Amino acid sequence: MHGYATPLRFGRILDAIYPWALAGVLVLAPVGLWMALVVAPPDYQQGDAARIMYVHVPSAWMALFVYLVMASGSAAALIWRHPMAEITARAAAPLGAAFTALALLTGSIWGKPMWGTWWVWDARLTSMLILFFLYLGYLALHEAFDDPERGARAAAILALVGVVNLPIIKFSVDWWNTLHQPASILRIGGPTIHPSMLWPLLTMALVFKLYFICVLVLRIRLLLAERRLASLGVERG
Amino acid sequence: MRAAFALLRRDLLLARRRAGETLLVVAFLALATTLFPLGVGASPDLLARIGAGVIWVLALLAVLLGLERLFQPDLEDGSLEQLLLSPAPLEILVLARCFAHWLATGLLVTLTSPLLGLLLSLPSEALVALPIVLALGTPTLTLVGAIGAALLVGSGRGAMLAALLVLPLEIPVLIFGLGASEALAAGLEATGALLLLGGLLLGALALAPLAIAAALRLALE
Repeated sequence: MHGYATPLRFGRILDAIYPWALAGVLVLAPVGLWMALVVAPPDYQQGDAARIMYVHVPSAWMALFVYLVMASGSAAALIWRHPMAEITARAAAPLGAAFTALALLTGSIWGKPMWGTWWVWDARLTSMLILFFLYLGYLALHEAFDDPERGARAAAILALVGVVNLPIIKFSVDWWNTLHQPASILRIGGPTIHPSMLWPLLTMALVFKLYFICVLVLRIRLLLAERRLASLGVERG
Repeated sequence: MRAAFALLRRDLLLARRRAGETLLVVAFLALATTLFPLGVGASPDLLARIGAGVIWVLALLAVLLGLERLFQPDLEDGSLEQLLLSPAPLEILVLARCFAHWLATGLLVTLTSPLLGLLLSLPSEALVALPIVLALGTPTLTLVGAIGAALLVGSGRGAMLAALLVLPLEIPVLIFGLGASEALAAGLEATGALLLLGGLLLGALALAPLAIAAALRLALE
């Protein structure tokens, strides 16, 4: 693992992953959207409005997944002082915040016609909002110190502390009676969703994941370049 | 352990010598409570309905406002370095510091809560229930808040950033604390919420000192 602690070798892995992930997005995104918007049947109750699910659910999954990536990177950065893990965590944070915002936003747009309200203070919505603020706190703490090293490690500690929130979000719909529907895919006894809707959803989830990998690679390259510029004494313009 | 008691004694002595500063917490609570009848209207029905929530939010704010005093003065006069150099484990010392800080904020909130509840026309059942639940919940608020204080020590950033870091993590305490207070006041079964609050406290007691100590070591590296 420490073999990959140098930007050069880490960069080589990034270069190897990037074209495949990009190709995956370019091929699967039209397929996924076509399956979601054309092939999948409209919901028997909600009609075509339910199609927002194919964006809402993958972004909510990604919001949690990216936090897990960020927390794992932070843990590796704190335990082994792995510089690339630290950069990966830092690069993932704004993406996670964006996915969380997207999940909240699409959920709100979906909620208005279905629940009759843009927002309710139920457990799932509130805990997602908390996740959003955790991302913002991580980013703000990163920038709070003159010494970037200190900011990075303080933010890593915060990211680890925030992990307690993940199970609360995941199980909030099971622990509390909420307006938000309970889990219908990853549940004991198999998914309750019909295959004609499950397959477009899983395809879209894969597209989101590949897209995340693409942008993550780009952001890591950006941060590495910035760090290199800083070490050369060039101010960021 | 001896070192922890010595630190606790020193902190309590300091708090007693600066009793005025400690009483400021009470003044803040009383003043902030008066804002609510003025802000949302003085109807007793309305105040009784939101009263418990108001007191919980004020407890959270009182803890938050005190966070800057938790480690920052020690950093400035150099005693934080002495704590780090001491052979006693930093986690235990940190726990003693948090306990002293809780005595000066959380406990004060707990003790004044019936009085504040009276000002907000809470029913008498709620006046009894509130301090019990606050006593169980406010130590968690202090412990979690101390993580934020330790992360930000020496940054020169104000309470705003501390609020952004700490508030998301404090929300579960607020939810279960308020749930337990209202259930107890209404004479309902509150064991579940109380157990959860106690669980949060035990979890914070076990895990928060690790995070606080790690953050302090980082600050003095």
